[in-house]
Amino acid sequence: MVKVALSDVNLEIEAGEFVGLIGPTGSGKSTLVQHFNGLILPSSGKVYVDGVDLTKKDTQLRLIRQKVGLVFQYPEHQLFGETILEDVGFGPRNGGLSDGEVEERVREALEYVGMDYESLKDRSPFELSGGQKRRVAIAGVLAMRPSVLILDEPTAGLDPQGREEILSEIKRLHEERGITVILVTHSMEDVARLVDRIIVMERGCVALDGTPVEIFRQADRLQDMGLGIPQITELMRELQAQGLDVNTDILRVEQAEEEIIRIMGWQK
Amino acid sequence: MSMFKNVTIGQYIPGNSVIHRLDPRTKILATTLLIVVLFMVKSAIGYALVALGIAGVIWASEIPWRYVIRGLRPLLVILILTVSLHLFMTEGRVILQIWFLKVTWEGLVRGLMMGSRLILLIVGTSLLTLTTSPIQLTDGIESLLTPGKKIGIPAHELAMMMTIALRFIPTLLEETEKIMKAQMARGADFQSGGIMQRAKSLVPLLVPLFVNAFRRADDLAIAMEARGYRGGEGRTKFRELKLQPMDGVAITIVVSFAVVVGVFF
Repeated sequence: MVKVALSDVNLEIEAGEFVGLIGPTGSGKSTLVQHFNGLILPSSGKVYVDGVDLTKKDTQLRLIRQKVGLVFQYPEHQLFGETILEDVGFGPRNGGLSDGEVEERVREALEYVGMDYESLKDRSPFELSGGQKRRVAIAGVLAMRPSVLILDEPTAGLDPQGREEILSEIKRLHEERGITVILVTHSMEDVARLVDRIIVMERGCVALDGTPVEIFRQADRLQDMGLGIPQITELMRELQAQGLDVNTDILRVEQAEEEIIRIMGWQK
Repeated sequence: MSMFKNVTIGQYIPGNSVIHRLDPRTKILATTLLIVVLFMVKSAIGYALVALGIAGVIWASEIPWRYVIRGLRPLLVILILTVSLHLFMTEGRVILQIWFLKVTWEGLVRGLMMGSRLILLIVGTSLLTLTTSPIQLTDGIESLLTPGKKIGIPAHELAMMMTIALRFIPTLLEETEKIMKAQMARGADFQSGGIMQRAKSLVPLLVPLFVNAFRRADDLAIAMEARGYRGGEGRTKFRELKLQPMDGVAITIVVSFAVVVGVFF
């Protein structure tokens, strides 16, 4: 069997979009996102970030990496600093900022992930709990003030509360700072709730690309790939199959609630 | 995708030749004998005989020659250094003089002998790892060390340590690559700068690597205990080592060869 790492991907992501990247294990999601900041350069084809061609020899990849922040899977496994200040400040310091500016960036980044700068900056990141470590690691990427943020399964291995917190922080970043977010995930619930656009990868190719409603209409196609649809959408489809005339373009529990009330003719 | 795909450690080449099928203990003993013989041999004929013997084994093992030669490459510098040191530093009849460097007849002979000894040592021992899977190798070592338990050699523990170390080489390489990429994504630079700068740039790589290695070791220990591991005590084996008639033949050939070459040449 010939193994090809990705093949014919053609994608354009606009500034300010919130994109969900989903696909079965081994479909090339992680490989694809590493192309976005030049960690992997394509052997054929082009990658452009803000009009800059990453495959050109004189492109300053370090500058691109400051602009396109990439949070790897289990980012807490890459913590190294003696103090949280040192660790989170690693990116900005590599960008050549002064101590004062670095501290400012670290404060801002920690606050974005809901952590207190003053009480934490001098503590060792290794003393923290798993969820806190994850946030410090994410702050380490945010401290570079990237205009594009890529997160590779940021909630893997966290408890429901930890998931919820991290996702809402990401949502807030997108809304308040207008940064482009690309979220790689296995959770259909998360993408249904958060993103404006879903890209489905399958065996190195873009299989589907559209809004969550458009994508989740193709439940059979997704199931063939080993993916699913959000539970609430599944429920609505089931109700429809049982003969209720409900709208199945529903992605959130609140929408489902309204739809059921409407169809049953109840009062709220 | 991997930047470490060129790394070949414990480069075992699977096969089904006579040599592959020998008991690992036979092969370990034969290799040990080879080392001993190489340090006993004094004449050119002796070296030639050993070389012939090894060539015979390579032929029988059906391992491509280029793999055997490749094993020499990392040691090329040491090889050149050893030969030239002997070549230029030995006192005796001068046969060639280049500026202040004197080449003596004695030096030439010694250099060539040392060089042959090194080459034959490397080729001979790499044949062992080329034809024996790491698991067989550790099983063989454990079995050979077991009599040493009486004098306090922890045979099982040593073998287990080797097995685990071998098992984790690819995992650690993969981990290294992942951490490097993550730090590069934060603007780390592992390639430029002076020695001090580069050494310092390794901190963000080495700290997480060690932290993760310890974490992994902890997990592994717990996983092993959870499956009832309590050292070598009363442990039975899935693959029992068993000497075949073929091993008897091989040992007889190797021992007689070693005696003849070691004593007479």
